Amino acid sequence: MTSAVDTPADAARPAAPSGLLTVARAPGWVRYALLAVGLVVALWLPNGLYPAVAVDILCWALFAVSVDLLLGFTGLMSFGHAAFWGTSAYVTGLLAIHAGLPFPAAVLAGALAAALLAVPIGYLAVKRTGIYFAMVTLAFAQLVYYVANEWRSVTRGENGLQGVPREFFGTDLSDDYYFYYAILPIVLLGLAAVWRIVHSPFGRVLVGIRDNPARARALGYPVHRYKLTAFVLSGFIAGLGGGLFAVSHRFVSLDVLHWTTSGKAVIVVVLGGIGTLWGGVLGAAVVVRLEDWLSFSGFEAIGLVTGGIFVLVVLLFRRGIWGTIADLARRWGSARRRTGG
Amino acid sequence: MSGFAQNTFNGLVSGAFYALLALGLAVIFGMLRVVNFAHGAFYMLGAFGAYVLLTEAGVPFWAALVIMPLALAVLGMALERAVIHRLTRLDPLYNFLLTFGLTLILQDLVKSRYGIQSSPYATPAALSGSVNFGLFDFPTYRVFILGFTVLLCVAVWWVLGRTRIGMVVRAATERPELTRAFGIDVGRWVTPVFGFGIGLAGLAGVLAAPMRAVNPLMGADLIIVVFAVVVIGGLGSIFGSVAAGFGIGLVQAWGEAYLSEFPIVSQTVVFVVMAVVLLWRPAGLFGREEAPA
Repeated sequence: MTSAVDTPADAARPAAPSGLLTVARAPGWVRYALLAVGLVVALWLPNGLYPAVAVDILCWALFAVSVDLLLGFTGLMSFGHAAFWGTSAYVTGLLAIHAGLPFPAAVLAGALAAALLAVPIGYLAVKRTGIYFAMVTLAFAQLVYYVANEWRSVTRGENGLQGVPREFFGTDLSDDYYFYYAILPIVLLGLAAVWRIVHSPFGRVLVGIRDNPARARALGYPVHRYKLTAFVLSGFIAGLGGGLFAVSHRFVSLDVLHWTTSGKAVIVVVLGGIGTLWGGVLGAAVVVRLEDWLSFSGFEAIGLVTGGIFVLVVLLFRRGIWGTIADLARRWGSARRRTGG
Repeated sequence: MSGFAQNTFNGLVSGAFYALLALGLAVIFGMLRVVNFAHGAFYMLGAFGAYVLLTEAGVPFWAALVIMPLALAVLGMALERAVIHRLTRLDPLYNFLLTFGLTLILQDLVKSRYGIQSSPYATPAALSGSVNFGLFDFPTYRVFILGFTVLLCVAVWWVLGRTRIGMVVRAATERPELTRAFGIDVGRWVTPVFGFGIGLAGLAGVLAAPMRAVNPLMGADLIIVVFAVVVIGGLGSIFGSVAAGFGIGLVQAWGEAYLSEFPIVSQTVVFVVMAVVLLWRPAGLFGREEAPA
């Protein structure tokens, strides 16, 4: 199953870059059918799960997709995306509490703040690649964490921001079931935006940079500037998710900025399938659902399970859920063509 | 003046921990191209092991100082053989993720057994009290840490610079293919070097036990600072990692002492230094430029 990833030629790349090509190669009706199924599932979700869990899945889906935009399509593994998710959560929470903004406006402001923060961090981080990029982003995220921890007058330190309102022109959104449908359009817009970015000429250049930075540079593309733009866009999307997360939980704690949050976002993407975009959504659903189930069953050591998932996925399941499915579908398709079916 | 000397001394002591951890990270990275996220967890295991040995078996500090690094080195080598080596041919990011997962597992294992509260560890009797070198009273234990770490770094430097093993390790670190082409079996040294790096982390943990709170999360935030340290020094450079470790310890201590109205400074200065280094010398102060990616 993993043999294709193990070849030396692939070793130079972060992951099997099959996702983009697979999607492009799948026949049109398959894509529309998948899209329709996805939309139906998205509309049905809070009827089949606890609505609060469904809301968490939406937020994490945005977060995962933002990480995949860098990891899967630009070849940069950010291990510090909690900085953007968390910064937006705090900004959103503060604006909702103190300025009483309707939640979409507060979330948008939070996401813009995250994108703004992504400019200096990205500017410095894209000077390095590969594993160094991961370490540098991790370190800057920790800097943001310390600042939030010390800036108690604003962030309330370890107590966190409490009582973030779900304000929307007086509408009662306190029920998670209705709140889910209130945020669904925002999440779908965010996902569509990432899809659009990836399939635009800009996105093609990113993939080119991922696969062969030297050639991209030789062709005259300003590689650093492309990477920085991708980084800022990714920070914005992560911020959308983080802001919604803050409003949905009505509470922001330092956890949103912690490095374990950054790590969780990466493993959600790897589990779903690097470079597959929708895989991140699936990964988010699996991980959020699993953690919810664990905490309900009274299991304390969630880190054991999360860590175990990390180890198993990295060792045995590097293609991820979506990557594996796409692989099987492709194999099935070519087998059918060979037999003339 | 004595105030300055005291701050400098304290900075060097905390720098000693960074240096030991960064040294281990650097040799492991050099040999395996693995950035070991679990390094902080092994540091924690060193401290916890010393604590458990003392409270449950009455094993004194000095014995723990030998037992724990060796035990953790063996554990590290077992892990390298069992899982890490399966991923070394792939992108280093995979092993980064793997060791991240191992970190969560190790932390939670200790947490579920011993809780998250900190446990005290008495300073060994022979090292309690203080020494006076004229300027002020130096706590004996800290003097010991500093001396011990400096000796250890010099010893490692000597091994790397003057022995055959060191030559192989250095050659394999800098030009792996060329070293292989000369007929040297690089693979043979991978596992021992990994164990050695883990042993260093365990040693730092045992040394930290009497000085710092022993708890399951003690290595978690520390490792991120050490990552910044090796980015500053240049991860490929063993000397650079050690120098940056001591340097960051110093800068933090001075920041704490002279900018005490801003407690945030001592926590974050390492990241600011990292930002400056990235602007000025992206490969790190002592690092070589990466091969154009």
